[in-house]
Amino acid sequence: MTLLAVEGLSVRYGQLTALRDASLMLDEGETLFVTGPNGAGKSTLMKAIAGVVRPAAGCIRLGGRDITGEAPETIARLGFSMVPEGRQVFGELTVDENLRLGAGMRGDRAGAARDLESVFESFPMLKERRDGAAGLLSGGQQQMLVIARALMTRPRLVAIDEPSLGLAPLVIDQVYELLLRLRAERRLTLLVVEQSSTRATMTGGRMMLLRSGRVVLEGDARELNASGAVERAYFGYSDAEEPA
Amino acid sequence: MTAVLQILFDALSLGSLYALGALGIALIFGVMRLVNFAHGDYISFSIFALLWPTTAATTILFLGQVPPAVLIPFVILIGAGVSVLSEILVFRRLRDANPATLMIASFALGFVIKNLLLMLYSSRPKSLSILPGLAQQVEIGGARIPLLQVVTVAATIVILIALTAFLKRTRFGLEMRAAAQDFTMARMLGVRANRVILLAFAISGMLAGAIGLAIVVQTGTADINMGLSVMLVAFIATVIGGLGSLYGAVVAGFLIGGASVLMQVILPLDARPFRDAFVYALVIVVLLWRPQGLFAPRTAKQRV
Repeated sequence: MTLLAVEGLSVRYGQLTALRDASLMLDEGETLFVTGPNGAGKSTLMKAIAGVVRPAAGCIRLGGRDITGEAPETIARLGFSMVPEGRQVFGELTVDENLRLGAGMRGDRAGAARDLESVFESFPMLKERRDGAAGLLSGGQQQMLVIARALMTRPRLVAIDEPSLGLAPLVIDQVYELLLRLRAERRLTLLVVEQSSTRATMTGGRMMLLRSGRVVLEGDARELNASGAVERAYFGYSDAEEPA
Repeated sequence: MTAVLQILFDALSLGSLYALGALGIALIFGVMRLVNFAHGDYISFSIFALLWPTTAATTILFLGQVPPAVLIPFVILIGAGVSVLSEILVFRRLRDANPATLMIASFALGFVIKNLLLMLYSSRPKSLSILPGLAQQVEIGGARIPLLQVVTVAATIVILIALTAFLKRTRFGLEMRAAAQDFTMARMLGVRANRVILLAFAISGMLAGAIGLAIVVQTGTADINMGLSVMLVAFIATVIGGLGSLYGAVVAGFLIGGASVLMQVILPLDARPFRDAFVYALVIVVLLWRPQGLFAPRTAKQRV
């Protein structure tokens, strides 16, 4: 079943068009990687879905409901949980408070408490630091925290913007290990933004590539990479002018 | 010793007013980056609502006729009401405007409230005696302290404790603190923007009402500009405390109150009329030393 459908989405910041006529479909339980170079419009796409920036044209549907132009809190309450670029923990709140904030919009306190326990089970490190300020965690720990916080909302879809940004390679491995485990355990639907296609190839799944605000390539990550299409699209060579 | 006690209570009670005012401004600044210059007019409004609208010199109680036990919560509610109303009628419509526009709008709103009062009550200060029981003096450690000062300080402590408990222990409090740090992220976690902002306005307005009460009991007059000087000092306190830090706003409020009273005592007699100049010179020194304020939040950042 289609969970997220984006059709003909355009976003402009003043004169600048950050996203042009972008479309994507995401089925329940599926993983989609959105890749592309700096300034391709990846984060803009995420922000538009999350309701943080208002699209100039196009339509976004979540679970069949039109959410175009809705407020971020409304979209979050419909099950779209966003982990924005740069981690965005509430540095002055404790780890525990960060997590409880994620559970805030849920009515069931008992369920939220159970989820908190299960988060602490999966992340013993967070339990140790639960009463400490979230801002004092390391980058990798903060990334774990925001993912855990996103899960506390019981989302239908988790969107993660550049989870590997500014992290050491070893820590990136840990983050992805976690994501894959969660995906398997909870049948999560994932929308992951990364600059490079390496992770998409390693993880497997569908991938789309944005360049200068347009979708230039879409398909199975491994197949695309093997064919060399990713490289060509990434650097903007058309097939005719392939480099020697 | 008795003189020290007297000075201490002078400083604490004046500081209390500044601290509560600064808190009211900082709360709203925290969630929407608005420096609300209409705050001082909320203070005047909540007091004038007690009076019958007349331009005559005599004072006729209107809503102020309620018994004293009801009067205090009543004034506080009026403060909250006018504050909440201004959010719904004015600031909500400017939600995506930049901070400068918001600030100008708050100036305009302040003028509207002030001129409304001017129209209804004229600019003549009204003498007004409410809660006369607070005018007496009590003896503490040999010093004779006005009961009002003791009550003001005690009430401020209670308010600060209650507000801290609210912010630390309740779900709304958690949402407000989160929104103050990163509003967009809080919204992406389902925090309802309008509700958090409305709550901030309500609390801020309640504080304005409380300040109004303290001023009117102390001076015995209701003046249209009564909120202005408190608002000005309170704003300075939020800047010195570090814009965005509630804790800093309260501490700076008390510091300015303390400095004012202390200057009044230690300055040579000839210089006392210029006390404020000395106080603000200190303010400048503090800002040169720490332009970001004494307790600037580490994570404070521009809202996009």
